[in-house]
Amino acid sequence: MTYDVALIALADPTRRQVFEALRAGPKSVGVIAARLPVSRPAVSQHLKLLREAGLVGDRPQGTRRVYFIDPRGLRELRVWLDQFWNQSLSAFAAEVEKQSDEGRKRNDRYRSDRASAQKHRRKGSS
Amino acid sequence: MIGTVQIAPVRKSIVVKAPPEHAFEIFTAGMVRWWNKEYSINKSPIRDIVIEPRVNGRWFERGADGSECQWGRVLAWEPPSRILLAWRITPTFSYDPNLMTELEVRFIPEGNATRVELEHRLEGYGAAAEEMFKVFDAGWQGLMEGFAKEAA
Repeated sequence: MTYDVALIALADPTRRQVFEALRAGPKSVGVIAARLPVSRPAVSQHLKLLREAGLVGDRPQGTRRVYFIDPRGLRELRVWLDQFWNQSLSAFAAEVEKQSDEGRKRNDRYRSDRASAQKHRRKGSS
Repeated sequence: MIGTVQIAPVRKSIVVKAPPEHAFEIFTAGMVRWWNKEYSINKSPIRDIVIEPRVNGRWFERGADGSECQWGRVLAWEPPSRILLAWRITPTFSYDPNLMTELEVRFIPEGNATRVELEHRLEGYGAAAEEMFKVFDAGWQGLMEGFAKEAA
């Protein structure tokens, strides 16, 4: 699925930096390269992979080409987060209910202990 | 324009058979009990997940070796009904101080149970830097007001 590709594309720290350089708005290869300790050809290569992963789009602007974050790619990331919370909330609910069951059992034990203690006391006093 | 693109928030809702106090407690103080341990940014396996119980408290994981890795911050702390966290983890599970997504969780009593409503707002991620900074500023504005009130 596309979001897997997107995650793999962003797993590389330099590529992530290139991606994040576009967060404030569209930029050309030269502008990105000037901000990062990465050569222009390397930036171009990262952008190519980001574009293939659906994370980045490009369009001509005058004589240059500018790159921008493609929101469709982010929608794929949203899919990932959506699944993440599905799984995590189920685990959370199971834990909450397990804990309440234990709490109830503890209370039941407490009540039965107290009841038998009272019985013993009654026995002792008679 | 790319700056105006909005990504719909992730919304989830689940009903748990417990009072809000208990659900809130497990969600926050008991996070390590239900968190999928694969989702870690630390090299050392997760031993604990800590949400400091106050506005501007840290949210971090502590590894088996005692090392700490930041995940985000507490933006609102309203037990047992609401928590708002700044989530600064990228989808590849690394911390990014420039990343601003908001995770809001509400605990609503429903008879003997609790409806847990979760909203993960992503508009801060990448697409809308302007929005991100607005949210970020608003967050801090709120924090500063809260702090001013506390300090007064």
